[in-house]
Amino acid sequence: MAKQPPVGTRSSEDSGSTKLYPKIFAMTEQRVSYTLDSTLETVDSAEQAASRIASEAGFDDDEVMRIAMAVREAAVNAVLHGNAYDPGKKVSLAFEQTGGNLVITIRDQGKGLDLEKIPDPLAPENLLKTSGRGIFLIRSFMDEVHISPSQTGTEIKLVKHVHGPSEGVKEASQ
Amino acid sequence: MKTSTRQVNGVTIVDCSGRITLGEGSVILKDVVRELLSKGQKKILLNLGDVNYIDSSGIGELVSAFTTVRNQGGELKLLNLTKKVHDLLQITKLYTVFDVKDDEASAVKSFS
Repeated sequence: MAKQPPVGTRSSEDSGSTKLYPKIFAMTEQRVSYTLDSTLETVDSAEQAASRIASEAGFDDDEVMRIAMAVREAAVNAVLHGNAYDPGKKVSLAFEQTGGNLVITIRDQGKGLDLEKIPDPLAPENLLKTSGRGIFLIRSFMDEVHISPSQTGTEIKLVKHVHGPSEGVKEASQ
Repeated sequence: MKTSTRQVNGVTIVDCSGRITLGEGSVILKDVVRELLSKGQKKILLNLGDVNYIDSSGIGELVSAFTTVRNQGGELKLLNLTKKVHDLLQITKLYTVFDVKDDEASAVKSFS
């Protein structure tokens, strides 16, 4: 079955054809990146790409689901809270397998996430809030999460150890 | 996501299938609950047995449905969680907030 990359513009970092994309991690070139519109379709596409790439990198089904969900939440963050659906702003998404890690970077062009303003979703007073769980879930599902806000946007770097022990869902901390 | 509703002994069971995520899935859930409340049906059992994926937006929508129904004097309970959804509610500490059931007949009886 033919596999499709996410909607958007594919960068030139992977010079192979689109058809070679699913085998990216079997090749010497180990990075692929996309520039995506600030739309809901981008969120779905990012999740699907993450699922495919994580699966090809050898993760089991549960880990693939966690990685894909973390990427989905990061994409939601970029599209909604970062770029606020602004058609003039883009989301960049990159997958890289390096040093035994799967590294995924999502960057938006928004005003920069204010980490101080993200409440702890596990605090009793926040349990019944209808939002504010995205970053928490990302931290729960990945081995490392690096969030770098700036005035020109926020970059979220997600790391999963390819050959690490099966850890299950970790206790997350804010 | 797709939903269908049925009545069992005064309880409205909403059978959900698919994904409850940002966009369509969350909107459908919100609309279904709003419509039931508008018709005075305040005993709602969400059957999530065929829901295999919920994102943070979907979790938010479940919380919203729960509090909206409760604020109108009703009850909303969850039935037949898949492992993935169960795990999500566990790590977000919502498992003990919701009234979660795994048997339909006893779930229906549990409504006051």
